[in-house]
Amino acid sequence: MSSVIVQRTATNAVPVLEPALFREDVLHRERAGSRLLSLYGARQDEQVLVTAVFRDPAGGVDLTRTSVPWPIGYRELTSDLPAAHCFERELHEQTGLAFPAHPWLKPVRFQGREQAAMNAYPFYKLEGKEVHEVAVGPIHAGVIEPGSFRFMCHGEQVHHLEIQLGYQHRGVEARLLEGDPLRLTPLVETIAGDTSVAHAWAYCAALESLADCELSLETEVARAAALELERVGMHLAALSGLAADVGFLQGATSYGRLRTTAINTTMRLCGSRFGRGAVRPGGIGMQLSPDLLHDVAANLELLASDLPVIDDCFLSSRTVRHRLEGVGVLARQQALALGVVGLAARASGVLLDARQQTATGAYHTLPIAPCLLEAGDCWARARLRILELGASLTWLKEILALYGRWQAPRKALTGLASEQIAVALVEGFRGEVVHCLETNAEGRLRQYKVLDPSFRNWMGLALAVRQNEISDFPICNKSFDLSYSGNDL
Amino acid sequence: MIAIKSLRVRALQGTQFIPDLRAAVPNGFRGLPVLSAVPCGPECQACRDACPTSAIALRPLRLDLGRCVFCRECVEACPEDQIRFTPEPKMAATERDALVLRAGDAELTSVRASAALCKLFGRSLKLRQVSAGGCNACELELNAAVNVNFDVQRFGIEWVASPRHADALVLTGPLTQGMKNAVRLAWDAIPEPRFLIAVGACAISGGLYDQAAAVERTFLDSVGPSLFVPGCPPHPLTFVNAILDFLGVG
Repeated sequence: MSSVIVQRTATNAVPVLEPALFREDVLHRERAGSRLLSLYGARQDEQVLVTAVFRDPAGGVDLTRTSVPWPIGYRELTSDLPAAHCFERELHEQTGLAFPAHPWLKPVRFQGREQAAMNAYPFYKLEGKEVHEVAVGPIHAGVIEPGSFRFMCHGEQVHHLEIQLGYQHRGVEARLLEGDPLRLTPLVETIAGDTSVAHAWAYCAALESLADCELSLETEVARAAALELERVGMHLAALSGLAADVGFLQGATSYGRLRTTAINTTMRLCGSRFGRGAVRPGGIGMQLSPDLLHDVAANLELLASDLPVIDDCFLSSRTVRHRLEGVGVLARQQALALGVVGLAARASGVLLDARQQTATGAYHTLPIAPCLLEAGDCWARARLRILELGASLTWLKEILALYGRWQAPRKALTGLASEQIAVALVEGFRGEVVHCLETNAEGRLRQYKVLDPSFRNWMGLALAVRQNEISDFPICNKSFDLSYSGNDL
Repeated sequence: MIAIKSLRVRALQGTQFIPDLRAAVPNGFRGLPVLSAVPCGPECQACRDACPTSAIALRPLRLDLGRCVFCRECVEACPEDQIRFTPEPKMAATERDALVLRAGDAELTSVRASAALCKLFGRSLKLRQVSAGGCNACELELNAAVNVNFDVQRFGIEWVASPRHADALVLTGPLTQGMKNAVRLAWDAIPEPRFLIAVGACAISGGLYDQAAAVERTFLDSVGPSLFVPGCPPHPLTFVNAILDFLGVG
């Protein structure tokens, strides 16, 4: 039983196709309604083994592979499947595959030797009378992570924004292969430090499937509660930031203090305001006693009663609406073509939510209401956060009424099955967090592929700011609220 | 209409600030560890083996707060309850060596106040933060130091956008290669007198990314932090108290 999407496949059960057939297979699956979840590779001498991971329309996870000669590779997919652009850029960077027809092979994070030459790959250039460029970063004017933004403008209007990341690259994936595969939680929790619970759960779910470890519903519920609290905390952080960016200070301070209540609730449960230690292989690092339940329920009650009052003020303020409505539009077609996920997709009318698609576990026991908006603008992304906050708080209140006691002991994991690939997908507050773990013949990790939703969504932000005023960039950026470290790994 | 709604929000908001930041202890926080004075069993090294950042040394038992990520793996590994975590947030130090806890340590803080710095910055300290591989946990907690709850502006302490306006650089993250030049540029742009604050296990020691290929910490060879703020991430109270202790104010 699992509350998240997790699937284990024996390595030898994954077909390894001829390069041309692989390309056809990927495109065929996309046409048939499957969705590319991840695409990654590993170099083995003069060959590169490329793995494509799909969600099929029935909700399952499916894999297909090809082994291609280095550096010739296969004919790139991006020109027919734009959603593959970031994956193929990463493949090019990590394995050296050439992809001569790829429209834009800019390194995604200037990994390895390229790190020293971050300025070597040129930015796009806009030419013409009275056009100008604005360069921002890597250090921004705030206490936030670094990244470079280059705006190509005509007057106030942005024609294109090029986002160059990689400054945060710490080498997470390499480090994940160095340690004991059963003890990676603290490292996984720092992949994107604001998404600790979702990443830790994806790691643990994959690990548990490799170790044939079944968890109790109580444990699943506790993990899901931690995940929803993380969502509540970060949605409030984004709303507080958005309110501040449009000069609506009452919203900034009110959402801000409610975020404190939310993350302090997480701290009561696991000792950390960021859910560090909440999810552990084989179980949880939280206990919920009757006394603690009383305090947690009181905090949730406070959130549920105060939020609508602030939401009402925020949503009915004409200045707020004027600043956000119609700004930073990501059209549904663009979101679909780019493979945008999570909240950003749902605000553009694309219902992707892994919590709606589990046949067992916490979200099956008590379904969480799906939230969807169509407009794709900053206003929609703000309102969707408000809707999702309501849904999560209702869910938390009801699930704690059903399962108000967590004391499940952690199960010990002993060894991982050999020659297997486990894929786990968790719906974090930004969108789907995907971890792919592959074991070798000794049951050690051969490859660990991490995918944070930000990796796919940054390009969505770049398209959303086109034709907008450059002064609206901060609210566009905040409305997506993406992770730099999760992208840079 | 909006005015009435606004008044309702204001009434609900009440007063949110923590009156005494010096005495506040966050309920449930996994903070300062305490080591037992009872000697460990012979040959036991369970905690050291479990620690993901090599923060623990044995015989006698020592725990380096500059490396600790507060994951509790050591507590769970220990057969004798030699290590426990308390909610105490104050644990910063002005010397790197002072971050190494020993059994029976009674001192909660190893921050030596500087009268000279207090004279200069005691009533106004402007900070420029640079994240060099930080995962956004330290960054969010540093932001929280100026929110309505912690409100460190009451002491004249504020974040500024430009290093030209700053008195100190607050560094988070293990220092990635990609940020090497930017960190140096930001530091060079801060007018003297200035000082450096290292926040979080990553910045202090490399933490979970110590010796990683993509990490490049040579900046710290030339500029030593004057203040170390441990945690993963540090609680806003850890940071705020560290600065107040350092300046000898509040």
